[in-house]
Amino acid sequence: MTGDGSALHMVLTGDPALLAIVKLSLIMSLSAVVLAALIGVPVGAFFALTRFPGREVAIVALNAMMGLPPVVVGLAVFLALSRSGPLGSWGLLFTPQAMVIAQTILVTPIIAALTRQTIEDLWAEYRDEMAAMNVGAAGRIATLVWDARFSLVTALLAGFGRAAAEVGAIIIVGGNIDGFTRTMTTAIALETSKGDLPLAIGLGMVLITIVILINALAWGARRAGERYAR
Amino acid sequence: MNVRAPASDLPLMLRDVAIVAGEVTILDNIALTFGVGPPTILIGPNGAGKTTLLRAAMGLIAATRGRISWGGRESAPPDRRAILFQRPVMLRRSAAGNVRYALARAGVPHAARAKRASELLADVGLQGLERRPARRLSGGEQQRLALARALARDPSLLFLDEPTASLDPAATKAIEDIVRAVSARGVKVVMSTHDLGQAKRLAGEIVLLHRGRLIEQAPASEFFARPRSEEARRFIAGELLV
Repeated sequence: MTGDGSALHMVLTGDPALLAIVKLSLIMSLSAVVLAALIGVPVGAFFALTRFPGREVAIVALNAMMGLPPVVVGLAVFLALSRSGPLGSWGLLFTPQAMVIAQTILVTPIIAALTRQTIEDLWAEYRDEMAAMNVGAAGRIATLVWDARFSLVTALLAGFGRAAAEVGAIIIVGGNIDGFTRTMTTAIALETSKGDLPLAIGLGMVLITIVILINALAWGARRAGERYAR
Repeated sequence: MNVRAPASDLPLMLRDVAIVAGEVTILDNIALTFGVGPPTILIGPNGAGKTTLLRAAMGLIAATRGRISWGGRESAPPDRRAILFQRPVMLRRSAAGNVRYALARAGVPHAARAKRASELLADVGLQGLERRPARRLSGGEQQRLALARALARDPSLLFLDEPTASLDPAATKAIEDIVRAVSARGVKVVMSTHDLGQAKRLAGEIVLLHRGRLIEQAPASEFFARPRSEEARRFIAGELLV
């Protein structure tokens, strides 16, 4: 209970160390989701609307990538960005950018796979009407993504959930450097291992609250949009 | 209001058209010409090939054999023809948004779309429902909205696939009134139906299909008064064609 009380105090008084960690975590997770959406939505739409040899295998592979082990992704990004790696000259290892790269790799398959399913279902509905209106390929993709936008919010939320809760990859490529690459999840892991539970519990409370708040906001936006568009 | 340069897909000509899917011949040696004039009504039992004929005539299905031409062109994009499917899909937008979308696809300038959408919705009796989500409209309203969407293409040729199949008499009358008004404006309507009464009310010409073959094409008055084929006589008498 002492730990809970101290943690609550840190949250309520806006402890600077805690706020810095929360800020970095949010910036990093949201950046990764935005980047993953920019890649994953078009990729998902492409898989939904095109037919090519090996498409079924590619879809299975895409779906399987939703379960990519974070530590393996972290290791791969670490090797790529390390000084002797192919991208070592970028000098990104143990920076927030490296963490965003790792999280983007983890989140993109989730958004792409969920987008593919959503767009493919909507395409089955729209196919005849689009053909009758002579809508070209680019117009189809734009129409389907726009009309599925409220359903795609769910894909983005799933991606954000993955990014916000992730620790295995970012601790490898970020190094958990205090004040620089320390996020809520890596700090929780560190503080727990050190036995400093108040900060760990405080961060845990904040993390859960943020995830709930963002989901609630997205849910509200989706419901409001559906009332208008459906 | 025509907002684009006039062009026509008429006459529509099907020359010995066959459509085969796997082992099944859906349409067999269909030779038909549709020109300017009152509505042509396609009748025939389920599986006769009415929907396939409409889709082929729209250009959505390629003929396995034979040729289809629109205004003398065999590869005409569907700029001046439109189709209303039996179960049209409403886009996830407002009623006006659905029509504006069709106007955009038809190349109508952005500045003209809102006004034209309101006019089209008024034409089909949906004024006041512009902002209503299309998927929340009743079945009859959705059919009328789909009709407005089709008319947004400013078609010279309009295909209607059993547009009143699941509607009550009031909604059916509303659709029939629109079909008459559209036809009176010079749009060639080609429509399929199971309803002989509706065929009598609307048709200038009847096309009877059975098992993918053209049985009879005749002016409506002649078809109902003096059917030439045994199938037509039985169909008019209300017997089951199987």
